[in-house]
Amino acid sequence: MNIVFWILAVITVLGGLTAVTLKNTVHCALAVTVAFAGLALLFLQLDAQFAGFAQILVYIGAVAILVVFAILLTRGSDTPTTGVFSRTWFVGLLIAAAVFAVLGWAVLHSAEALPNETAAPAITVQQIGNALMSRYVLPLEIVALLLTAAMLGAVIVAMHEKGEPK
Amino acid sequence: MANTLDQIFVLLKHWIVAHLPVAIQPLVSVVLSVVAIIAVFPALFALTTVIERKGLGRMQNRIGPNRTGPYGILQPVADGIKSLTKEDIVPASADAVVHFVAPLVLVVAVFLGFAVLPMGRNMQLIDMDASLLFYFAIGASTELSIFMAGWSSRNKYSLLGAMRAVAQMISYEVPLLMSTVAIVMMSGSLSLVKIVEAQNQYTWGLPHWYIFTPWGFAAFIMFCIAAMAETNRSPFDLPEGESELVAGYFTEYSGFKFALFFLGEYLAMFSISGLGTTLFLGGWSAPLAALSFMPSWIWFFSKVMLSIVVMIWIRGTLPRLRQDQLMNFAWKFVLPMTLLNLFVAGLWRFMGEGILRWIVCSVILLGAYVIVGRTEMRRKKIGPRSYRYAE
Repeated sequence: MNIVFWILAVITVLGGLTAVTLKNTVHCALAVTVAFAGLALLFLQLDAQFAGFAQILVYIGAVAILVVFAILLTRGSDTPTTGVFSRTWFVGLLIAAAVFAVLGWAVLHSAEALPNETAAPAITVQQIGNALMSRYVLPLEIVALLLTAAMLGAVIVAMHEKGEPK
Repeated sequence: MANTLDQIFVLLKHWIVAHLPVAIQPLVSVVLSVVAIIAVFPALFALTTVIERKGLGRMQNRIGPNRTGPYGILQPVADGIKSLTKEDIVPASADAVVHFVAPLVLVVAVFLGFAVLPMGRNMQLIDMDASLLFYFAIGASTELSIFMAGWSSRNKYSLLGAMRAVAQMISYEVPLLMSTVAIVMMSGSLSLVKIVEAQNQYTWGLPHWYIFTPWGFAAFIMFCIAAMAETNRSPFDLPEGESELVAGYFTEYSGFKFALFFLGEYLAMFSISGLGTTLFLGGWSAPLAALSFMPSWIWFFSKVMLSIVVMIWIRGTLPRLRQDQLMNFAWKFVLPMTLLNLFVAGLWRFMGEGILRWIVCSVILLGAYVIVGRTEMRRKKIGPRSYRYAE
């Protein structure tokens, strides 16, 4: 619990909070990007290089861009006149709190589940690669199949159908 | 003597750091390296603007700048003073905060990329295990700053330019990453330092650079195409197509913020050239074993500047692509070729030493190029452009 952790934690939480309170949708998307960046830096602070860089590459490089593209291509970035909270905000809050409680409980009990881990293990990218290609090869293949199916689906949805009037 | 010259900057840094109290030594050491990067590359940027303007002038049969200083070499100084003293105009309806932050995010992200490039023997800011991944992660976040610039300007040309830029950068990032995966497969490391060391060997005085293998050459060509698209250089400069979009995403920027975008664009060129040099052209290693006595950093910067000159040459030669051509080229030609190249690289690895693997790998790549690049493109009906939405 050093000072770097607290700075990053404040950045991440502030980014998340701004994302739900701002009115302009594009501003919200940019604020959530700040939260993503804070999370990536937290990973790096925990010496998880691969997870941190993958977080930046995937979330800032792809997901955030996708979000702003989706906002611009669908209904524009016009500011809503009514409040920013949906009517079901209370249910959403309950679900979020429940998920947070489960995760927190799991994290707090992880020390009992792994009693032999004293120091943080130094994991290199090579070790991650070896694990993915040997022990976890089946989940990897399943994810690959799923992503391929999703991509084919996206192509079919976006395809210009033949015979369609222009 | 040669060794001292090779390590002169490293020794200089150690000498300065040794004079300071122990408590601040690590900090000062990092700050000195950062200052060196921040000083050297903008200086190269100033030099490059002169080369570009004079060189493009020659290619276009005109003289180019020749008023400031002898042969116009002081032009960047004049440009710098001009952009510093110009009024900073922010459009009334612009989103002030995002408009202000966008150029900063761009320049910071681009500068971060230099942190992992080995610019000479022992000359890298950080030697981390996953430096290639770091480079691409940082490179991916520049797209967001371009979007921020285009969107916050509240100008349709800016927004169109930003949309084009982001679409183009996302499309070409895939082949860019895929072409480097072949290198990672062969060198077995994501560390740029180790990749350069793997290439710093010589057989009969000739270097083991990855470009001198069939898969490496193919990957290099595709890396160059994708790199030029990533940096929005001609022939991929649709995002700033001045005949269509005024200046693209930075239309509404003036004064020093405009200069920052300009700087960011050129720094991105340097950094991607540096990455290409590191991955394919042996980084800081000498092109001949007999020339290894020359300092390693001279080779790195010569290779980078040579790549920049080639980029300027291409800019003066090729016309701009059309949007649909750009996308078709990325997804239907470059991406399948990079995937095939990954397969060829694996084949190369498992065929063992000998002349056979040279023949087989070259034939596969050349065959695919001829079939995909020539036959399929010829069969495609190329007629007037059909518009989906604009009619």
